[in-house]
Amino acid sequence: MNAQLQATGSAYFISKETQRPEIHTLSVLVDNEPGVLARVIGLFSGRGYNIESLTVSETEHEKHLSRITIVTSGTPHVLEQIKHQLERIVPVHRVVDLAVRAAELGQDRPLERELALVKVAGTGDARVEALRLADAFRAKVIDANTEHFIFEITGKVSKIEQFIAIMKPLGLVEICRTGVAAMNRGPQGM
Amino acid sequence: MSNGQNETGRREMTGAEMVVQALKDNGVKHLFGYPGGAVLPIYDEIFQQDDVEHILVRHEQGAGHAAEGYARSTGKAGVMLVTSGPGATNAVTPLQDALMDSIPLVCITGQVPTTLIGSDAFQECDTVGITRPCTKHNWLVKDVNELAKTLHEAFHVATTGRPGPVVVDIPKDVQFARGIYTPPQTAPRTSYHPQVQGDLDRIKEAVALLANAKRPIIYSGGGVINSGLEASQLLRELVELSGFPITSTLMGLGAYPASGKNWLGMLGMHGTYEANMAMHDCDVMLCIGARFDDRITGRLDAFSPGSKKIHIDIDPSSINKNVRVDIPIIGDVAHVLEDLVRLWRATVKADKKALYPWWEQIAKWRARDSLAFKTNDEVIMPQYAIERLYELTKHRDPYITTEVGQHQMWAAQHFHFEKPHHWMTSGGLGTMGYGLPAALGVQIAHPDALVIDIAGDASIQMCIQEMSAAVQFDAPIKIFILNNQYMGMVRQWQQLLHGNRLSHSYTEAMPDFVKLAEAYGAHGIRCDKPADLDDAINEMISVKKPVIFDCRVATLANCFPMIPSGKAHNEMLLPDEATDEAVANAIDAKGRELV
Repeated sequence: MNAQLQATGSAYFISKETQRPEIHTLSVLVDNEPGVLARVIGLFSGRGYNIESLTVSETEHEKHLSRITIVTSGTPHVLEQIKHQLERIVPVHRVVDLAVRAAELGQDRPLERELALVKVAGTGDARVEALRLADAFRAKVIDANTEHFIFEITGKVSKIEQFIAIMKPLGLVEICRTGVAAMNRGPQGM
Repeated sequence: MSNGQNETGRREMTGAEMVVQALKDNGVKHLFGYPGGAVLPIYDEIFQQDDVEHILVRHEQGAGHAAEGYARSTGKAGVMLVTSGPGATNAVTPLQDALMDSIPLVCITGQVPTTLIGSDAFQECDTVGITRPCTKHNWLVKDVNELAKTLHEAFHVATTGRPGPVVVDIPKDVQFARGIYTPPQTAPRTSYHPQVQGDLDRIKEAVALLANAKRPIIYSGGGVINSGLEASQLLRELVELSGFPITSTLMGLGAYPASGKNWLGMLGMHGTYEANMAMHDCDVMLCIGARFDDRITGRLDAFSPGSKKIHIDIDPSSINKNVRVDIPIIGDVAHVLEDLVRLWRATVKADKKALYPWWEQIAKWRARDSLAFKTNDEVIMPQYAIERLYELTKHRDPYITTEVGQHQMWAAQHFHFEKPHHWMTSGGLGTMGYGLPAALGVQIAHPDALVIDIAGDASIQMCIQEMSAAVQFDAPIKIFILNNQYMGMVRQWQQLLHGNRLSHSYTEAMPDFVKLAEAYGAHGIRCDKPADLDDAINEMISVKKPVIFDCRVATLANCFPMIPSGKAHNEMLLPDEATDEAVANAIDAKGRELV
């Protein structure tokens, strides 16, 4: 069943479905084996769930474990389903909803960071302005000639969005973003 | 297993030999398959041994359904072997069927050599890609030294937790390559560990809730069957101890005997009035190994509005998926029921008198006699045919398979099941063509049993080719066709939803089923008079070879009672109220969009 259609007024308790879609970040620890990413992505497309952002890399080489970070949206009911459906996948070790975990730990939100490479081309005032703003955003220049810069910027999604928006009129050429990397604050692991 | 030296079972062999050895080591006695270029090395090994018997089907879909029937009737994994490309794509339907009905099915597919993968080679397809969403898990084995481990893991994954289908795709060069075979080991993988034992605190809560229920109901499903004979036994004990009424899904029939005094009949879209009304009006619902499928719940926002719900399931994703429950218990049905029954015995003083008003209410619903039908001296009513089939075969403890459609629902309503593992039907996917190959699989597993496929005239033609396999392997299956010349369920829905415009639901050119049987070397019987039916059925049972029974039934009979789409359990359409007008107006515009 399509998840989006599921959250209508089908109440089993007398009250109506009042849940609203929320954006959550899931950490999924998987065996790094062929097809594992396809299984995860196929689950989302097959069951009509959203993927807002996806990041994956092997994180524990000796155990061949990869950590997939997925930003998704849905009502709490749908998010719970997503977690359980992910846990059914055989090479999936653990699934943690970082937002739920943060709430359990009495924290506000999980830490979320993204890295972007932003190429801006131009000369004259625009070029100077781009460099000045990049400095204000603590973006690093990692490549440049007289006609362009490539900035490397790291931070929250909102900061990167803002930086990109500002660079648009200053000669934005292309953007590459890593997607969100995330974990909870505190000493505990996932 | 340790990797030390001197272990038994570790030896060098080819990949193809490993396949056969792994089948033996996993207790496989029969497999269903169809050869082709990419599995020839495995077939060559099968040829050179006698421990595992290969059943040659006529189409890979037949192999899958036969393996499903075999699995469902034995509780063991069904095994199929097919070639690459079309062999694998033809297996997709039974794989999805097994996924939806939680049937342990191990499918071994041949693949083009690893060096050709990705080159669009002859009979190449991306088997693991195609079957990823329709299996519990699948593997492409590129290294012969991984093959034995993978095959054992495949059996483990298919048969444990919530059972399901798996695919092991083996390139042809891996079948020829030599490597080290390792015997099966326990717990082969760390990420997969289904929870079997239920949370005891939750079970205690459930017992307390059940003990104080005034209008309880037990709603059991296919999970009870999958959990094994012990689960059915415990379910029966629980019903006996508690005095609760019990209903079941299509997949769960037989877990509690239909002759049991607490039996309400099947629930859901074509379930009995008393079962659905009791579900709607209950105060405590105990769902055991069922998944609140849309065919069960009807309109979700009016589903059993006043009840507290307890849900026992081995799959955490089944909990709170369609219906919110108050006490979820994750675990294997037999394990949870064992605790639950033990706690009930220890803590509950059953006051069955407290349930009298509830049983009185149920008796009133039952008195509506929702499965009633008018018999006719001239034409055989399909319900009557099933009734007679039941009466004349029940002493033989028959295994029943079905295709999909009206005949399937009539079989579920009018054939009464006393034991688990005796009812094989395609519930979740609703696969026409399931019944005949499934019957073949059941007969292979139980050579002396009476195995009957209750079929429709349309469904039977979808896998009719397996008659040839049945004849070859002396499998005396009985194909009992309720022949009404229509795709009856399609027509019923066209009457309900589409102004009685019967678009392509009438089969204008029907084969002569008797001649068809004879063409295959089977036995054909035709019957169109109620008075002749008993003799004809007795003839069918006594013939020692496969039989196609062309039972000509009333062409326009429809399947009632019915919860029309978009309606709730207490809005059933009963047979005596199902006038043409009621049928035409049963479903409103919103319900029309549903399936």
